[in-house]
Amino acid sequence: MLREITLGQYYPSDSVIHRLDPRVKLFGTLLYVISLFTFRNVVGFAIATVFLAAMIAISRVPFGFMVKGLRMIVIVLLITALFNLFLTPGKLVVEFWIFHITEEGIASAVKMAVRLIYLILGTSLMTLTTTPNQLTDGMEKALGFLRFLKVPVHEIAMMMSIALRFIPILVEETDKIMKAQIARGADFETGNIFKKAKAMVPLLVPLFISAFRRANDLALAMEARCYHGGEGRTKMKPLRYQKRDAAAYGVVIVYFALLIVVRIWL
Amino acid sequence: MKFIEARKLVHEYIRRDEEGNVESIQTALDQVDLEIEEGEFVAVLGHNGSGKSTFAKHLNVLLSPTEGSLWVDGKDVNDADKLWEIRKTAGMVFQNPDNQIVASVVEEDVGFGPENIGVPTREIWERVDQSLRDVGMTEYRSHSPNKLSGGQKQRVAIAGVMAMEPRCIILDEPTAMLDPHGRREVLEAARRLNQEKGVTLIWITHYMEEVVHADRVYVMDSGSVVLKGTPREIFSQVDTLKKYRLDVPQMTLLAHELRQAGVGIPAGILTRQELVEALCRSGLEERGGGGYAGVGRE
Repeated sequence: MLREITLGQYYPSDSVIHRLDPRVKLFGTLLYVISLFTFRNVVGFAIATVFLAAMIAISRVPFGFMVKGLRMIVIVLLITALFNLFLTPGKLVVEFWIFHITEEGIASAVKMAVRLIYLILGTSLMTLTTTPNQLTDGMEKALGFLRFLKVPVHEIAMMMSIALRFIPILVEETDKIMKAQIARGADFETGNIFKKAKAMVPLLVPLFISAFRRANDLALAMEARCYHGGEGRTKMKPLRYQKRDAAAYGVVIVYFALLIVVRIWL
Repeated sequence: MKFIEARKLVHEYIRRDEEGNVESIQTALDQVDLEIEEGEFVAVLGHNGSGKSTFAKHLNVLLSPTEGSLWVDGKDVNDADKLWEIRKTAGMVFQNPDNQIVASVVEEDVGFGPENIGVPTREIWERVDQSLRDVGMTEYRSHSPNKLSGGQKQRVAIAGVMAMEPRCIILDEPTAMLDPHGRREVLEAARRLNQEKGVTLIWITHYMEEVVHADRVYVMDSGSVVLKGTPREIFSQVDTLKKYRLDVPQMTLLAHELRQAGVGIPAGILTRQELVEALCRSGLEERGGGGYAGVGRE
């Protein structure tokens, strides 16, 4: 059951998008997300569609793989669409019992649904083409300026990458503890949700104790290897911009500018 | 001054209650005197709770002495300014292979130490290449540590320490969680570093088989050094070792029992090869070469 959890749904391939600097991808995704909320008409919508489709094509991630991410938000999608559909005041189209469907309602429901779908597709394109480690590296570098506001950027990035390293270990350990307890008659399967949650308590206690022990060991091992925070630290794999990264910045900015122009003049 | 020198080293674990009053004092190291030369392979033996791990943690300044002094490469561990220098000189490998690997890719983990001490990027790569080659893990460099065996993980940990170019590696029970195959793998990798690179090895363990090839052995019991000498000198005292709850290597034990039963072989036999030779010799003396049959096979 626990083995099925996959983290950082990275799809290995060798496309241009995979090789881009993670900072470009982070910035690009941010601009893309903002851009989704700028357009109001079909032209903007068309530009966003072309951009997204082009990116997916270049990334060589199978479309089926991307759509998987959408399954999780189906319910959210339905709820927002329904709220928009029934609760937007305007010109009546259909009316039955207490429900009123308006022209504006239909329009905003469709727009909202499209935006949400594009949002998920765009952000999962980033996580599918970037390994979790690259992502942490990118964030550490891109948010480096926050250091001046006394935000421990390096420490947060280090914590994230250590968490990623230990997730599979802890998953395995949970599995082991579960089996040990099942062997002694514990029951994790039957009963309602509350009963199941209660059955988890004896699982969590040993797991937490072991996690703390591991944390302690790791802290000692890191100290023994001269770790003393981000100060004076060099990088084995420093992030350096290539020509393709500059080009990618260009593409993203042109796309964003285009949408702004469309929003203002059309 | 010797490369590593301990004088009357004392460490006490003090437990306090909530008001800060001392509840109990446990003396983990009691007046330890010890010297280690550069380039030696020294084994520290002791059963659980003998203070050997506490001693190891002092060499890397993960613990500080309560009393007494310890010098590593001429630097006093009580001197706070020398902390990072000492940690650079004396690297440490721990017991649990999972809990000391920081990165999710083998080569990045090996690079972690050099990154911390501010080595330039290009040199980090050279050091990582070299260290991985030294422990024979080059082909696994882009793997995830989670997919490696215990012995391989410990070799990665050793490479991670080697990449900091220490002059001494302390291995604190590095084989306690490994199977016999992994144990041999790690021991061989470490010995090779000792012989080819002249790195001082301090091997802390309670497996007697592992110390057979050491230059010198210290036996610890309840916080003090109770025996010291070459492996042969140590292992010839089978009854004393049993008193300290240590198991003698099987071959030594067999030789010891044969000797007690009246077979004419010398004390302090360490390996199967030696036992075979000694038995042949004693057989030759007794029966003119008839005692060879059946010896030397597992």
